[in-house]
Amino acid sequence: MSSLVIDLVLFTLLVVVAIQIVRLNHLFVVTMLSGVFSLLTAGLFITMDAPDVAFTEAAVGAGISTVLMLGTLAFTAQRQKESSGGAQVVPLFVVVATGMALIYATFDMPAFGDPQAPAQTHVGPYYIQQTPAEIDVPNIVTAVLASYRGFDTLGEVVVVFMAGVGVLALLGHKHRRRGAISRAQAAARREDDA
Amino acid sequence: MNHHIVLRVITKILIAPIVLFGLYVQFHGDFGAGGGFQAGVIIAVGFILYALIFGLTTTKEVMPLWVVRTATCLGVLIYAGVGVYTMLMGGNFLDYDFVAADPVGDAIAGQHVGILLIEAGVGLTVASVMVLVFYGFADAAGPIDDEEW
Repeated sequence: MSSLVIDLVLFTLLVVVAIQIVRLNHLFVVTMLSGVFSLLTAGLFITMDAPDVAFTEAAVGAGISTVLMLGTLAFTAQRQKESSGGAQVVPLFVVVATGMALIYATFDMPAFGDPQAPAQTHVGPYYIQQTPAEIDVPNIVTAVLASYRGFDTLGEVVVVFMAGVGVLALLGHKHRRRGAISRAQAAARREDDA
Repeated sequence: MNHHIVLRVITKILIAPIVLFGLYVQFHGDFGAGGGFQAGVIIAVGFILYALIFGLTTTKEVMPLWVVRTATCLGVLIYAGVGVYTMLMGGNFLDYDFVAADPVGDAIAGQHVGILLIEAGVGLTVASVMVLVFYGFADAAGPIDDEEW
């Protein structure tokens, strides 16, 4: 019962924050709200007994992403441009149609926690049964991530590495002059907004 | 941010626990929630917080750019190196059973050391990439006045 209350409160706050993110056009506030959104999502993951995922969401979504988005804001404008008002029907239709399709798709999904769900019947039982004998670490998530699927995790690390290289290539630490110009452009844009 | 004395004092108190917590998440990942990815981000947050309050120049004296760049590559190399090592010891790529000296009797110990090593590689790469990306943004954007927000 209490978990139902927590779920309802978290989901209500999630929807309120999401609506505010769409409505507001002060980008600093929107960035902060998206951090709050991530934190609420992390709370939902906790109620679903997924502390590893919640941990990642809180650290990456609410922590680093917010800082990096603030860094991006320093390059660009502080306020979103006012939209022209008309031609909102098509996006609204696309959003509603996509939402309906997603809701329709959930009818085919197995119920939450269903023991017969495909996720519970393929490799899951093997990992749960064999981890104590083969890996002997209490956290099966770590065993799957690092040992059973070590190859995938290596790929993920390389992706993170490539992202770092990509940002370096785009923003380049040696081209300070160019950075100074883009800073001036950002200031000019800010004046335009004001 | 020189006049924000509360922020500066609180930051100085907080940074050590943040990094310590990051190390706890890093090395306790086999037993509780967490692991290299989360630990890397937490440790990077410590440095980014320092940079936000004390400025990029001071932070680069603490953590120079070449160290961050080297650490980025080193993490991936540690991870892949464990894989190559297990191949040299006669196993498959990333088969941690062969990290231990005697793979038949000590496969579990091999798994433990292997997981510890590759998580260290993951943590190193994630932390340094996050700091690197932050350096990239902060360098190009230049210092921000308090009034600009």
